[in-house]
Amino acid sequence: MHTSSVPLYWRLQKSKYGLFGTKCLSCNTHFYPPKPLCSECRRKGRVVEHQFSGKGKILTFTIIRTAPEGFEKQAPYAIGIIELDEGAKIAGQIVGPFERLATGKRVRPVFRKIYEDSDDGIIHYGMKFVIDGKS
Amino acid sequence: MKVAVVGVGQTRMGEIWEKSLRDLSLEAGSLALQDAGLEGKDIEALFIGNMSAGRFIGQEHLGALMTEQAGLLPIPATRCEAACASGALAFRKALFSILSGHHEIVMVGGAEKMTDLSTGQAVATLASAGDQEWESHIGLTFAGLYALMARYYMEKYGLTREELALVPVKNHMHAMKNPYAQYRYEITVEDVINSPMISDPLRLLDCSPISDGAAAIIIAGEKVAKKFSSPVWFIGGGHASDTVSLHGRKSLSSLSAAIKAAEIAYRQAGVKPKDIDMAEVHDCFSIAEIMAYEDLGFAPKGKGKELLISGETKIGGRMPVNTDGGLKVGHPVGATGIKQIIEIVRQLRGKACNQVRDAKIGLAHNVGGSGATAIVNIFSREGG
Amino acid sequence: MSVGIVGYGAYVPRFRITSREIARVWGQDPKTMQEGLLIEEKSVPDIDEDTITISIEASKNAFLRAGIRPKEIGAVYIGSESHPYAVKPSGTVVAEALGIGPEVSVVDTEFACRAGTTSMFICCGLVKAGYINYGLAIGADTSQGMPGDALEYSAAAGGAAFIIGGKNVIATIDGWFSFVTDTADFWRRDGQEYPRHAARFTGEPSYFRHVMEACKGLMGKTGLKPSDFSYAVFHTPNGKFPLKAGKSLGFTGEQLKDNLLVSKIGNTYSGASPLVLSCVLDKAKPGEKIMVTSYGSGAGSDSFCLTVTEDIKSKQDKARKTMDYVADREEIDYARYVRLRGKIKQ
Repeated sequence: MHTSSVPLYWRLQKSKYGLFGTKCLSCNTHFYPPKPLCSECRRKGRVVEHQFSGKGKILTFTIIRTAPEGFEKQAPYAIGIIELDEGAKIAGQIVGPFERLATGKRVRPVFRKIYEDSDDGIIHYGMKFVIDGKS
Repeated sequence: MKVAVVGVGQTRMGEIWEKSLRDLSLEAGSLALQDAGLEGKDIEALFIGNMSAGRFIGQEHLGALMTEQAGLLPIPATRCEAACASGALAFRKALFSILSGHHEIVMVGGAEKMTDLSTGQAVATLASAGDQEWESHIGLTFAGLYALMARYYMEKYGLTREELALVPVKNHMHAMKNPYAQYRYEITVEDVINSPMISDPLRLLDCSPISDGAAAIIIAGEKVAKKFSSPVWFIGGGHASDTVSLHGRKSLSSLSAAIKAAEIAYRQAGVKPKDIDMAEVHDCFSIAEIMAYEDLGFAPKGKGKELLISGETKIGGRMPVNTDGGLKVGHPVGATGIKQIIEIVRQLRGKACNQVRDAKIGLAHNVGGSGATAIVNIFSREGG
Repeated sequence: MSVGIVGYGAYVPRFRITSREIARVWGQDPKTMQEGLLIEEKSVPDIDEDTITISIEASKNAFLRAGIRPKEIGAVYIGSESHPYAVKPSGTVVAEALGIGPEVSVVDTEFACRAGTTSMFICCGLVKAGYINYGLAIGADTSQGMPGDALEYSAAAGGAAFIIGGKNVIATIDGWFSFVTDTADFWRRDGQEYPRHAARFTGEPSYFRHVMEACKGLMGKTGLKPSDFSYAVFHTPNGKFPLKAGKSLGFTGEQLKDNLLVSKIGNTYSGASPLVLSCVLDKAKPGEKIMVTSYGSGAGSDSFCLTVTEDIKSKQDKARKTMDYVADREEIDYARYVRLRGKIKQ
């Protein structure tokens, strides 16, 4: 049931692999996922590509125990909303022991498998997050 | 011109294995016609709210299909989709068709057949109302999205797990008397906090179920509506949007689309939150009802739990909320927005299962996705 | 022009299963198994880790140390016997994720446990020939042992990445010697889930012959002798083989002790000798010489020697060290292990 289109995720690859988003040079708002239009500045905005460091902090998190189709083998897994240092917010899986999870903790990005279409299908990769050892 | 609801009908909500989407829709529509005392030929147009028949049962093009099923050919039919707010959206579009002078009597239905899929498939289908590319693709579910809001809210405003459990406890209690409800048993706070964890901190009894069901209403313009014995008048409505993705939101502890929709609806209706006698709010997960109290102005920001703990939102309280059991009666997503209006009609007619004494004004709050669509409609007993 | 390592990085997944736990499940004597292999525990990849993700994490550390831009990389070669796809390269994902290319040479390599060092060798040649300025060579694996097989005690996951170049090298690569014959001591047929091996035949005619011949060849070619080296790194299918090979070549326990990384993380196959090398580079001092000898079944060895330069001092602390990954561990039981490794039929 999950959309497993190869071209759909191929188009998003750059952003998913390398945390490429955008930023508006007019108001310095950062967007991840990338937005082609700054909703504040509209046509006065100058939106350019921006690569995020992937460092940020956990605003909130949950542990998914009833997983959607295609994620059953990964469950239970943690997902958080991460506030990136540049200001954009992003939802991402947080790997590592659940005991370490807490709001406000610093995270860094880690490259992982996100989803497999099937045993003989394509493997989708991208960024997850891991709690930074120092926090 | 004014518009009123003149007939209502609904099916039982739940796992209705023996009935298809077509069967359920026909049943709800026929009951609404009977209730209104109208014939099929009186209906000039059909609007139907449905989230995802394409994925739930592999059937698109529902508008014409339902018209055919109901024997209403060749009237125009429109299917409306805004995830779980599809029902209220269909009502709004039907309303506009009358206000614009195109029609005088139209039927608005809402229906969903969810149990033909496995739980995992249904969870994935519901998740498609979130941001497919950036949320669903990492395994985020609907319970997960509301769980993220729940934790954020609980930490920000000091809401405890036990306090949150009071929402389903109240709504289960209300659903006891509702003959259409999927679940008709009382639960305790202990039952909630000991039920299986779905997505921390939300547990099974915090969640609305996966359900089949349909609901239908008939609405009419002022001239026609006045001929009915107990029309329930639409007096104001608002519809607003927000980011489909939760991570794109400015606030994680309120639904800004709901705040905006309510503001517009109150202004149009010329009423204030304190004027509302009862409300049906979109409690798809426990936390949603507490946020709704605040977004609708029933309680100040962060104080929703005080309203809940005070018991004022129970039947018999000052501001009864979800008097039919809310989404605890079942949540066939496309039908929910219409089901909410039906409960308000019953209350304002004085014929509800948990009747609010002398209810004059009722409010329905229907939310799509994790808050990307919010529609608020206000109805009054008087006004024709 | 002196070609060498410009940056290096390691990655080891954090789950561990002990030999004791595996022995408990199969009713074997834990002491015999542990002492026989000198493996206390092995690394296990998380459900969302594979050769590609390990390669990328290790490469990120290598870039932090190299301080070069991804676009300066002219070649990416990943040696592994557990590429996630039988057809479709691992290297394209790795290059794309790291911002390398598209003007880049990419290919996956396989030679049992030897493909990592051979990838380094190919990069050296390309740099030396002037075809590329920098090459990224990776050895990484998430190897599988059949449940109940002796391999299950050792088959582990991890990898190391090396950026090879001709400028600002932290260790020059001074000599190279490869030794290859057709010796089938370990194999996995196409489409088969688990490898098979020829038990004790993997020892003398296979591992020891190829490792010893490559080492002797390298020392003969370079005129170096065991005492010239501060460290001797070997392929580590277990703890015993590298120590035995090293000692018979004349190396001391001190020169060989880093090979015992295997007792903490198991045999990371194509990642094995590269990981021991990264561990050595984490602490090596300028002027020290290192000999590295890999081994891949089937069978062949690469032996090469390096001299550490002054530049290493400013690079060692620029990324997480190999032992940081070794220390960040979570022990799991056999049930969790079989779940993570997809050994449960569903």
